Amino acid sequence: MKEIRIHGRGGQGSVTAAELLAVAAFADGKFSQAFPAFGVERRGAPVQAFTRINDEPIRLRSQIYEPDYVIVQDPTLIEVVDVAGGLKDDGTIIINSDFDPSHFKLDTKAKVVTVNATKIALDIIGRPIVNTVLLGAFAGATGEIRPESIKKAVKERFPGKVGDRNAEAIQQAYDMMKEAKA
Amino acid sequence: MTPKGDLKMDKMVVVEGSYAVAHAVKVCRPNVISAYPITPQTHIVEDLAKFIADGEIQNCECINVESEFSALSALVGSSAVGARSYSATTSQGLELMHEVLFNVAGMRLPIVMTVANRAVSAPINIWNDHQDAISQRDTGWIQLYGENIQEVSDMTAQAFKIAEDKDILMPAMVCMDGFILSHVYEPLVMLEQDLTDEFLPSYEPLNILDPKKPLSFGAFADPNYYTEFRYMQQKAMTNALKKIEDAADEFYDLFGRYYGGLIDEYQTEDADIILMAMGSIIGTIKDTIDKLRQKGVKVGLLKVRAFRPFPAEAIRKAVKDAKIVVVLDKNISLGLNEGALFTETKSCLYNTSNHVPVVGYMIGHGGRDIRMSTIENIISEAQEVMKSGIKVESQFTDLREELL
Repeated sequence: MKEIRIHGRGGQGSVTAAELLAVAAFADGKFSQAFPAFGVERRGAPVQAFTRINDEPIRLRSQIYEPDYVIVQDPTLIEVVDVAGGLKDDGTIIINSDFDPSHFKLDTKAKVVTVNATKIALDIIGRPIVNTVLLGAFAGATGEIRPESIKKAVKERFPGKVGDRNAEAIQQAYDMMKEAKA
Repeated sequence: MTPKGDLKMDKMVVVEGSYAVAHAVKVCRPNVISAYPITPQTHIVEDLAKFIADGEIQNCECINVESEFSALSALVGSSAVGARSYSATTSQGLELMHEVLFNVAGMRLPIVMTVANRAVSAPINIWNDHQDAISQRDTGWIQLYGENIQEVSDMTAQAFKIAEDKDILMPAMVCMDGFILSHVYEPLVMLEQDLTDEFLPSYEPLNILDPKKPLSFGAFADPNYYTEFRYMQQKAMTNALKKIEDAADEFYDLFGRYYGGLIDEYQTEDADIILMAMGSIIGTIKDTIDKLRQKGVKVGLLKVRAFRPFPAEAIRKAVKDAKIVVVLDKNISLGLNEGALFTETKSCLYNTSNHVPVVGYMIGHGGRDIRMSTIENIISEAQEVMKSGIKVESQFTDLREELL
């Protein structure tokens, strides 16, 4: 089973990202589960959302404490939330930032990856909404999911132009991650 | 015993639990829906309102009201004229319905209601436990608890079938853990319209309010008559014991999905330790059992699907060879320091030849997360009790002593 924890701020679409990831994983033939760290939602407050992906049906209902992957939508959260908490040593943390990964002094042995999702979102979508872009980066950095499945899930959720632009941004983030790995 | 039926991934979709329930209600072809929004039930009602506005539910009226008390009161009227009637609520909303819950059961109106279980105030808390529904235990409503959104969705159709049966005619609550199930996205087979039409024929009431044939519902019953009404309600609940099993079996025959009848068992056959619980905690317990079984711990699970009527006979049978029974409750009877399932499990074993020790843990109050490690600790304490006997009969789990 792969466990993913998404950190963001209220209004950034962390919960939506977790849900879309679950939809995409299922399209890839895996079982999946997505849920928020149920809070009283407030715009700007730190929020968490979780996704599990597994070959077998998922029964476990607890929150995720030892994730394989962490996605950080807003790097300023790193000062207030232990975003790498419990992250597995062989895991990966993907941070939305234009800094080099070495800039972040995180207490983890896991791989740290950065992607300037805000720039991609502004360039392609026209708004600094990074949740779907980071899913593209996640697909590229981890290989856990096909970018086509994410794009399909996003287009179904956001039909029309919005979905098309998001899909384009997802592909770009995916390609950048793939290139960085190569 | 679980799960019977193959998982058909090609028929599954990933949706939110609330949407799955709203869809299930839709295909049950309700005639009247009335509910008042309250977290975490809100999405169910929003989705249903949208279905109705979009013309997706034929012959159905959505009555907007100003409170939960009014919502259920409106359904008393609609159900009495023979309309299939549905509501959904939680927590303080359910408690506000308290008086009407008795009226619905007393008038033998087969209303079905989803309860997205949530803690009760004060202090205010929007997260999951079972205190809301457990507090309505004696109102005369059938109470079913589901483990995942597939079960809760399918249970909705089963609940209508059970409630509307002529030998029963009692209202039913379908309980789903708030947020944990109402807000989770996971794959399921959405309740199928064609099969549901076959499984659940339209409601044929025995008696209806009709100006052409005047009748009274819930009229005055003096001491000469009241006792017999209560007796008949209890008899209907006793009949429901079998109907709940039958509905699960019939559902399996048609849909190919099964989650147990009154109860379900997991790895109980050779189990020394049997855990008992209801709702979404079941999945976490099953994973914990699989882990401990690999280490040779003989532990199993008795999942309670029906809390009312209480499946005493089924429980007695399931625990007959156990060396200890451990009951997990997401509720407490203050002043007794016990959860309801624990108290009633002990009670159903008393006056029998089975003197298996039973211990209780109150867990997950107000949404406190339940981890596999917590279940493991409880099981290891149970192993200790098997060796040296009961020291603490019933206790809180994961109490944060530093806050006391």
